[in-house]
Amino acid sequence: MKTVEEIKTAIEAAVPGARIEVIPNPGPSAEHSLLLDHEHALDVARFLRDDAELALDFPSNVSGVDWLDKEIVEKIKVKRQVTKTVDGVEQTVEETVDETRKHIEPGYLEAVYHLYSVARKHGPVVLRMRTVNRTDQTEMPSLTPIWRGAEFQEREVFDLFGIVFTGHPDLRRILMWDGFKDYPMRKDYVEPDDFEWEPTAHDEVLKRAQAHRAALAAAGGEGADATHDGC
Amino acid sequence: MAVDQQLNIEMGKQGVFVTTIQELYNWGRKSSIWPMQFGLACCAIEMIATTMARYDMARFGAEVFRPSPRQADLMIVSGTVTKKMAPQVVRLYNQMAEPKYVIAMGACAISGGPFKQGYNVLKGIDRYIPVDVHIPGCPPRPEALLQAFIALQKKIDEQHLTGEGRPRHLDADAQSEFTVPEPAEHDLEPTSNHGVWPLPVVIK
Repeated sequence: MKTVEEIKTAIEAAVPGARIEVIPNPGPSAEHSLLLDHEHALDVARFLRDDAELALDFPSNVSGVDWLDKEIVEKIKVKRQVTKTVDGVEQTVEETVDETRKHIEPGYLEAVYHLYSVARKHGPVVLRMRTVNRTDQTEMPSLTPIWRGAEFQEREVFDLFGIVFTGHPDLRRILMWDGFKDYPMRKDYVEPDDFEWEPTAHDEVLKRAQAHRAALAAAGGEGADATHDGC
Repeated sequence: MAVDQQLNIEMGKQGVFVTTIQELYNWGRKSSIWPMQFGLACCAIEMIATTMARYDMARFGAEVFRPSPRQADLMIVSGTVTKKMAPQVVRLYNQMAEPKYVIAMGACAISGGPFKQGYNVLKGIDRYIPVDVHIPGCPPRPEALLQAFIALQKKIDEQHLTGEGRPRHLDADAQSEFTVPEPAEHDLEPTSNHGVWPLPVVIK
């Protein structure tokens, strides 16, 4: 099978204007992936499926990934005018000072497609797509029109991560109920507080059980006097 | 009023059978418990094995699994109850006619089991409906289910037909239907039925 770089070149030749980025995988598997842009994703997918040499006809797996906002701290050397008293005379001296700068890199949601070819018996080729952010612009094009097998998996990613696949024929929740509002696999998901009673509570579970008990005691609710410190 | 056992045996030898209404009534109830035919997860496979020839639950009068809650006496909650499934389980329980019993089979049905800390799994069906017998195990072996069934029969046998602690179907004030939880925006509402599930107290 072609290497990722060769596939990238082939795509760029076949789909003019497609912006493809190779995301390297530093692990021993070296399974590098291709990051697609939204506008050309469908064309690229169609090429990957229909190209005689690649013939990637089987989307084995669609996964969701939640990347939180990252705070990046950098140390930069800055030249600054400093007023100093040298030998009793006030002078303006230029000095190099270390300055820490912080900026926040916005997080995003990512969908990862693992493609195989049943016809040519090769794979996987890994595709990625990213949303603009993880709050209000969570759309990305659906690849279900190309691979029908991605339909349920994209629904699952929508259900658990909240990625809205535009062009999906039937984008509904698949595991959770329809009125459910949260996206449980996101990293900032807050679980419902049902840690009333944990017979083997320890570590984080113990903390949550204690927090629950404190909240109950504050509300004067049922079971506030129960003892379950973990036995 | 119980009949003296020795006297009963003696009279039996003479071809005389003496009993009480209560004994006869409870014998009839405990010997024809028809379970409802439904399974939720892997525990259901053990439940099916229990009814088959090797374990043969029919020996205890539970041979007919009824596919309708209207004809069933016993609900075996066999497996993980997800929050999406819980309203349906409670609704099925409400649709069963009295007298009705519940066996919670396996770690998931009694407490959520290995999925206890998951957002999607109910932490025990006893939060919504009264459970007669809990069986731990993951999954419990068919023998465990048989023992639970025999425990339920013993429980029925010991009930008095009048006074405090009489069976629910002989008590006009007893509650036999329970609130079906609604799937809400974050969790089921309510998270447990008041009175059915008091918070367990750990005695140290």
